[in-house]
Amino acid sequence: MKVKMLSRNPDSYVRETKLDLQRVPRNYDPTLHPFEVPREYVRALNATKLERVFAKPFLASLDGHRDGVSCLAKHPKSLATVLSGACDGEVRIWNLTKRKCIRMIQAHEGFVRGICTRFCGTSFFTVGDDKTVKQWKMDGPSYGEEEEPLHTILGKTVYTGIDHHWKEAVFATCGQQVDIWDEQRTSPICSMTWGFDSISSVKFNPIETFLLGSCASDRNIVLYDMRQATPLKKVILDMRTNTICWNPMEAFIFTAANEDYNLYTFDMRALDTPVMIHMDHVSAVLDVDYSPTGKDFVSASFDKSIRIFPVDRSRSREVYHTKRMQHVICVKWTSDSKYIMCGSDEMNIRLWKANASEKLGVLTSREKAATDYNQRLKEKFQHHPHIKRISRHRHLPKSIYSQIQEQRIMKEARRRKELNRIKHSKPGSVQRVSEKKKRVVAVVK
Amino acid sequence: MSLSASAPGPCEIQAGEMSSSRAAKSSLLALNQQGELEDLPRDYPLSTSEDEGDSGGERKHQKLLEAISSLDGKNRRKLAERSEASPKVSEFSVNSEGSGEKLVLSDLLEPVKTSSSLAAVKKQLNRVKSKKTVELPLHREEIHREVAFNKTSQVLSKWDPVAQKNWQAEQLVFPLSKQQSIFPPIEHVVSGWKARTPLEQEIFNLLHKNKQPVTDPLLTPTEKASLKAMSLEEVKMRRAELQRARALQSYYEARARREKKIKSKKYHKLLKKGKAKQALKEFEKLRKVNPAAALEELEKLEKARMMERMSLKPQNSGKWAKSKAVMAKYDLEARQAMQEQLARNKELMQKIQVASESVEEEGGAEEEGEPFVPDVVNEVQVKADRPNPWMFRNHSGDTKEAEVQGDPEELAEPAAQEAPESEEEGPVVAEEILLKEFEERRSLRQKSGLNQIAKPVGSQEAKDLSSQEVLSELRALSQKLNRESHQSRKQELSSTRTVLAVQRGEPSGEEEEPLLLQRPQRARTLDELEELGKEGCFQNKELPRAAVEGQQLERNPSNHLGVPKEKKRKEQMTDLQNLLTTKSPSMKSLAVPTTVEELEDEERDQRQTIKEAFAGDDVIRDFLKEKREAVEASKPKDVDLTLPGWGEWGGVGLKPSAKKRRRFLIKGTGGPEGPPRKDKNLPNVILKEKQNIHAVAHQVRMLPYPFTHHQQFERTIQAPIGSTWDPQRSFQKLTMPKVVTKPGHIIKPIKAEDVGYRSSSRSDLSVVQRNPK
Repeated sequence: MKVKMLSRNPDSYVRETKLDLQRVPRNYDPTLHPFEVPREYVRALNATKLERVFAKPFLASLDGHRDGVSCLAKHPKSLATVLSGACDGEVRIWNLTKRKCIRMIQAHEGFVRGICTRFCGTSFFTVGDDKTVKQWKMDGPSYGEEEEPLHTILGKTVYTGIDHHWKEAVFATCGQQVDIWDEQRTSPICSMTWGFDSISSVKFNPIETFLLGSCASDRNIVLYDMRQATPLKKVILDMRTNTICWNPMEAFIFTAANEDYNLYTFDMRALDTPVMIHMDHVSAVLDVDYSPTGKDFVSASFDKSIRIFPVDRSRSREVYHTKRMQHVICVKWTSDSKYIMCGSDEMNIRLWKANASEKLGVLTSREKAATDYNQRLKEKFQHHPHIKRISRHRHLPKSIYSQIQEQRIMKEARRRKELNRIKHSKPGSVQRVSEKKKRVVAVVK
Repeated sequence: MSLSASAPGPCEIQAGEMSSSRAAKSSLLALNQQGELEDLPRDYPLSTSEDEGDSGGERKHQKLLEAISSLDGKNRRKLAERSEASPKVSEFSVNSEGSGEKLVLSDLLEPVKTSSSLAAVKKQLNRVKSKKTVELPLHREEIHREVAFNKTSQVLSKWDPVAQKNWQAEQLVFPLSKQQSIFPPIEHVVSGWKARTPLEQEIFNLLHKNKQPVTDPLLTPTEKASLKAMSLEEVKMRRAELQRARALQSYYEARARREKKIKSKKYHKLLKKGKAKQALKEFEKLRKVNPAAALEELEKLEKARMMERMSLKPQNSGKWAKSKAVMAKYDLEARQAMQEQLARNKELMQKIQVASESVEEEGGAEEEGEPFVPDVVNEVQVKADRPNPWMFRNHSGDTKEAEVQGDPEELAEPAAQEAPESEEEGPVVAEEILLKEFEERRSLRQKSGLNQIAKPVGSQEAKDLSSQEVLSELRALSQKLNRESHQSRKQELSSTRTVLAVQRGEPSGEEEEPLLLQRPQRARTLDELEELGKEGCFQNKELPRAAVEGQQLERNPSNHLGVPKEKKRKEQMTDLQNLLTTKSPSMKSLAVPTTVEELEDEERDQRQTIKEAFAGDDVIRDFLKEKREAVEASKPKDVDLTLPGWGEWGGVGLKPSAKKRRRFLIKGTGGPEGPPRKDKNLPNVILKEKQNIHAVAHQVRMLPYPFTHHQQFERTIQAPIGSTWDPQRSFQKLTMPKVVTKPGHIIKPIKAEDVGYRSSSRSDLSVVQRNPK
């Protein structure tokens, strides 16, 4: 007699390894799991609240400099190494994992105006107020050896900035003009000028490496082509630009940190209108750096805060500040896109998380899945008023807060005045100029 | 400190041509401004440092001195003061700082106005002023720049699609450039490796024996030789030959496939006939030319036949036998049938030897006739799993009864198989044509069948038809071989019959032939002969019944087994006939139209049921009622706050006074005079005008940016993404993060190689060095 038995395939209930999760058979019949939207909404709300609870971005403060930190540089090969130059001419090399200074050099007399590493990570260059360019070895001197630069170039004028080529043994300095140097020579192989004012910063394009961008104190941004040894175009803005930074994922995009509290993202092929105006700072923006993913950038401002902007948004998604942090002069985004460093007036370098509520360390797959899900939920319900309110909420120092209010009033007044002017003048006689166009004074060919 | 370093210092150069009083005023003003400027940093205590304070003080002091000295009325030339790290000074940065207003041309011309001798110059200047400025022609440098800019923009535009792709990508994984694991070529690995274990050494020995090369190019000596051996023409020719052969092969294959697919019985019959003929002819030829070879051939055939016999399949493993085995438990008849079958099988097994003996006994005359007899036997066995007719013939005398009993079984089985098959066959029209053909054939066969009956009755051997058939064939063959004059007609006959015998088991179109073939067997009794005569009327009479019978056959062919022989036989005849004749009606009954009718019926039924189910409902009236209620509810109501018995007598039959009622009645505000309902003119709609305030706080007021229609937005919200609602795989897909970075990995800027572009090989540096400035 045959007895019929229920039989199941062990594959459907046996784990492959004992570390696997127990398989829980689920019935996805929607009638069994009602109220999808309300339940997900609640989950999103909780996720948003937790995000704010866990948002503790400040990681460490590296102290040791005896004057304000004027410049920062990343090591191209090592994530743990950071270089910084101070206003007293001192250069320090830091180990981020130990959070300690591993080397200290008295590089210049006066300011260290600029610092940059060679693409291979074996040496770095500094420029200072003492009209010199110095090349240093990345490794410290061996026992008994003196701390000496590999090369020193004595210039005629003060150099205010330096940047190294991304692939070749070439670097560029700026000051009175943009000089391009071969590492092996003591005189520049080519210098480019356009106008007379001093140039405050020069940056190589990381993708199309023959391109350079510079900004001068006569309010202009000039682009150069190294191959053709000629400037390409000049755009004059309302106020002076302090630094520019190229997008590492899009060759033609750069962002300029301006004195008028704003940042301007330009497409270098169309300079007459910025692609985006990023506004949120309440004082001059002194430095800007892109995240290596090219999706965000961080800006340092004179208003004692740093802000993180998504590239395609005009408003910042994050603002970092501490009570002790003074005017932030330089900022860098680390090359693994996880951290942000900023050097400020009060002699400290601070290390922040790029994503304020991110959990550090290795995540288990379940944690990862949970964070991904929460992230998606937050995105999905981001327009809902409660969630929006919670996720946007930030605490600000009173000075910044009041200045924001003040500026809002001023802006509103300006807008009102413009509207009134249009209203009370002959129709068509007063043209309304878009905010983007207003900021660009001229493009010089 | 850093502020002063980074902030632009104004270039303070003052023109000396100003009148003294103005200059004094301006310098004072400048002083004031300076003071204001200096005040600013004091708000930021940390930014002020000592030396800055000093320098500011110095400057102030100097300004003060200048202002005082200018008060004297003497003109003093002012020195340019610079705050820039540059030896050169632009002439454009001359400013009118301190004057409080713009410096205009007329100011400069003021002294000129007084002297009349400069009238000509004045005129010229006026003319210049009135003229519009013309744009300067492009300098050479400008052209250079323009060209360079255009070139660079073009170079950069190649990154447009990349950037766009990255923005649209569902997921970006950084770092972009994957660490490619580089596989070194095998020859490098092999060359730098020594064989240690015996197995490895053995492998190496083998490799070396074959002169397997270890370095590039990987060609063995034989391969090299073959490469050298053939000239190009040879290779081409050989290739062409091979191609032709391949093409031919494929043609043959295609043809064979096509032929195999042909269903026509007639075609196959003819084909077989042709083959048999061919075989015979060849054999004869061989006999004439080379008797020894012919004998060998014969032996071969004999051997094949024997092999076939040896490998007779067990008799209880057929489909029919299995079905019987199942039934046997419950059905006495089935059990009987099975036993019979087994008994017969045993018999057959025993008689195999006898058969072979008898074949041997028959001797040379018959041997010659055999060449294609075994074929027939084989075919029969292949076609249907049933006792070999060849064997039947030899022992027909004693096994007559068994055969008679066995036959119905045999018949029942094919009939059972046939019925569904025939139903499956093509369109009705074709069936009708077939039927007509059958009618014609039947009439013909009846005649020929009668002849045949006469013949076997006369000859004593013929008892079983099938066996008789084969035997007659053999006879005919032997005769043919001996007397070639007689050959033609008889051979034809016999061959046809063999074919018929072979095809007995086969269903459908040829079904009548087995009927015909069985006749001689039955004709031995008188009754059967009579029935034969009556056949025509049977056909007509049993038409309606046949369909039922056929179905019964389908269901359980075993039913018929227990029925007495005669009746059974009748039924079989009629059944099988009727199966053929009634094929078309049965087809009709089960074909498509009936299903359509059924569908219609179903629909009607459904409608009916729905109607019944909702018989009492009047949806429209209900809705109207609901709406009326909603309207009523939305109307403001009067609130009556009168308390009976308060301030007056109360009790049964006593009502509060009208005055009191009037006093405590709070009239609903708005009332009918309030704004009309929005759904007033929309009879089919109820618009609820009150919002749920608690829900509103959580609802999105404005349509968010990327969406263009509220439905889009609602859809995105309504689709759940959690693992509660979605299976694991889609959950993972839905929650995939947009940007993934690996912790501890350096993300380099995008490179041309990452996106498949060719990076320019020329160095930026080399170009610079070529055209130094």
